Amino acid sequence: MVAVSGLMQRPLEKVSGLLRRHFHWIAPMVLQVTVCEAINQSMDKELERDEKVFLLGEEVAQYDGTYKVSQGLWKIYGDKRIIDIPIYEMGFAGNAVGTAMGGLRPICEFMTFNFSMQAIDQDINSGLPPMPIVFRGPNDTSAGMAAQHSQCFAAQYGYCPGLNVDELMYGVPFEFHSEAQSKHLLISIGKAKIERQGTHITIVAYSKPVGHCLEAATVLSKEGIECEVINMRTIRPMDIETIEASVMKTNHLITVEGGWSQFGVRAEICGRIMEGPAFNFLDAPPVCVTGPEVPMPYAKILEDNSIPQVKDIKFAIKKHIKYLVWT
Amino acid sequence: MRKMLAAVSRVLSGVSQKPASRVLVASRNFANDATFEIKKCDLHRLEEGPPITTVLTREDGLRYYRMMQTVRRMELKADQLYKQKIIRGFCHLCDGQEACCVGLEAGINPTDHLITAYRAHGFTFTRGLSVREILAELTGRRGGCAKGKGGSMHMYAKNFYGGNGIVGAQVPLGAGIALACKYNGKDEVCLTLYGDGAANQGQIFEAYNMAALWKLPCIFICENNRYGMGTSVERAAASTDYYKRGDFIPGLRVDGMDVLCVREATRFAAAYCRSGKGPILMELQTYRYHGHSMSDPGVSYRTREEIQEVRSKSDPIMLLKDRMVNSNLASVEELKEIDVEVRKEIEDAAQFATADPEPPLEELGYHIYSSDPPFEVRGANQWIKFKSIS
Repeated sequence: MVAVSGLMQRPLEKVSGLLRRHFHWIAPMVLQVTVCEAINQSMDKELERDEKVFLLGEEVAQYDGTYKVSQGLWKIYGDKRIIDIPIYEMGFAGNAVGTAMGGLRPICEFMTFNFSMQAIDQDINSGLPPMPIVFRGPNDTSAGMAAQHSQCFAAQYGYCPGLNVDELMYGVPFEFHSEAQSKHLLISIGKAKIERQGTHITIVAYSKPVGHCLEAATVLSKEGIECEVINMRTIRPMDIETIEASVMKTNHLITVEGGWSQFGVRAEICGRIMEGPAFNFLDAPPVCVTGPEVPMPYAKILEDNSIPQVKDIKFAIKKHIKYLVWT
Repeated sequence: MRKMLAAVSRVLSGVSQKPASRVLVASRNFANDATFEIKKCDLHRLEEGPPITTVLTREDGLRYYRMMQTVRRMELKADQLYKQKIIRGFCHLCDGQEACCVGLEAGINPTDHLITAYRAHGFTFTRGLSVREILAELTGRRGGCAKGKGGSMHMYAKNFYGGNGIVGAQVPLGAGIALACKYNGKDEVCLTLYGDGAANQGQIFEAYNMAALWKLPCIFICENNRYGMGTSVERAAASTDYYKRGDFIPGLRVDGMDVLCVREATRFAAAYCRSGKGPILMELQTYRYHGHSMSDPGVSYRTREEIQEVRSKSDPIMLLKDRMVNSNLASVEELKEIDVEVRKEIEDAAQFATADPEPPLEELGYHIYSSDPPFEVRGANQWIKFKSIS
């Protein structure tokens, strides 16, 4: 899932001292929440917080959202704030930017980011002068979607100054601690997260491949290789400082993404590493794991081999093994 | 062309088979043809429309019946295979809309062109591919019409340009094919289809403008099945008179549940285009029984009663069957035999589609370009290479 916004960064709000005292003797309540549900909850919070926020998209209201991300919101907020629109991507992206110009704070949903290509002029050219608008929707592959419904747009949108581009992951449940359940929790856009600490090799990924990287790291840990897995979270602005600090610690870099390799996100990561202080700490060239350079095929055997898998990540790490110096 | 002729001959030879049980049927005297009244089309910027009566020959009637029944059964088989998870991804079925694909094909020549969106299995069949090739493509096998690489939304045949996944994008493509027809001077037309959901896309109006400006032989066809995914036409369109939306382009509103009405309207529209007068627009009023796709149950935005009412009063196969039986063009038994033959054809095709192997992994990189010399394609990392042959 991609969220592209022209919003300026918002600071992290700390939980108040009073709440902290109230909670210290209660064990934190941990829920299992999927990213879909988390987006639903955060849209709900923003709709409640600010009257100027509204959601528009195809099937977002009465159908509860194609992928149920906006489930229940129309029943709470009604026709004015949750708007079903006809199918007219170029037009509605432009309309959404127009409402932002008019002082509102739109959340504009693309049913998938493949369809955003029809609207890319409005997304980029019209949406650029800092415009408080969020374009969101599913990105990259899903099973059996074939060529026109499987593309990753992280690189295309990451290319543009003025946009903020976030990558999240539908469908998979994550643990959601009590602090994260707070209405007031805000997290900065543009900060990567170190999902797993390690010392031997840095793996940088975003979206679905992060899960694959963690799986590969768990397996390789049994062989004594400790991988540090970084979840980029935001494509633009890229948190290159976190990646650099990690590479300067481990001396090895692997990037993993679902999109194609030529001009992909990996190209930017490698380019920045080479320009910055971390280059001198590399003991070997970075290895990049990407989707093969083919339009996404439909047949299962071909599709499985067109998306980076855990085995591809393990293979890339093992290729590095000969460079690893054991202390 | 050869494949198309093979498909047509399969259909016609099915009609002429005479097992023992059909001796009795064959000895009965059927009428050679019958005249039927068809619904008058609503007209936009046209003085006259298609005729309100038409002659149906026994041969044509049996052919249309068999084709519609084949499309119906093929779609229901796809539904079954999808639920068994043998078909994956998106699967948009057109059962209920058989009169559109069969009627349109009956009104044009095989050398004419057709392009549509993703609800395309019926058109893939009527344009000449076999059920085997279609089902094998849906199951992602090497015997599929796109070698298993395309799936439901990317099927192509001679003079059939798919199978397009992005809503509305096929309409400028269709106008472009019409431009090529005019450029080549071959008296061919292009049928450019889209749905009621796509009808509000800006690029469609751009295509209208250039087709009218340059008098292209393009028949724009809006298959109005009343719902764009979960959104009814009233909630999506300021004007639901889709046949008038071309403004300066003349239009017809056609009963899309009547194969004869669709055929006559298509003949009329094709003659209009071939005479050099420019584009024309047809709105086919039709209905889909399934939801938008296999992941949509189709009952959250419409009632089961509505679906049932259309099935019982306007089903295109039932309408043709009643006409043929009541006019002595065919008997109930004869049509039942066609049903049995069609079921067998679909079963055989489904067997093939489930047993055929998947495309080989070595061919992952093939067919990226159409006529380049072989080259290497990068895989998931720099050490994996796939050969690419055009």
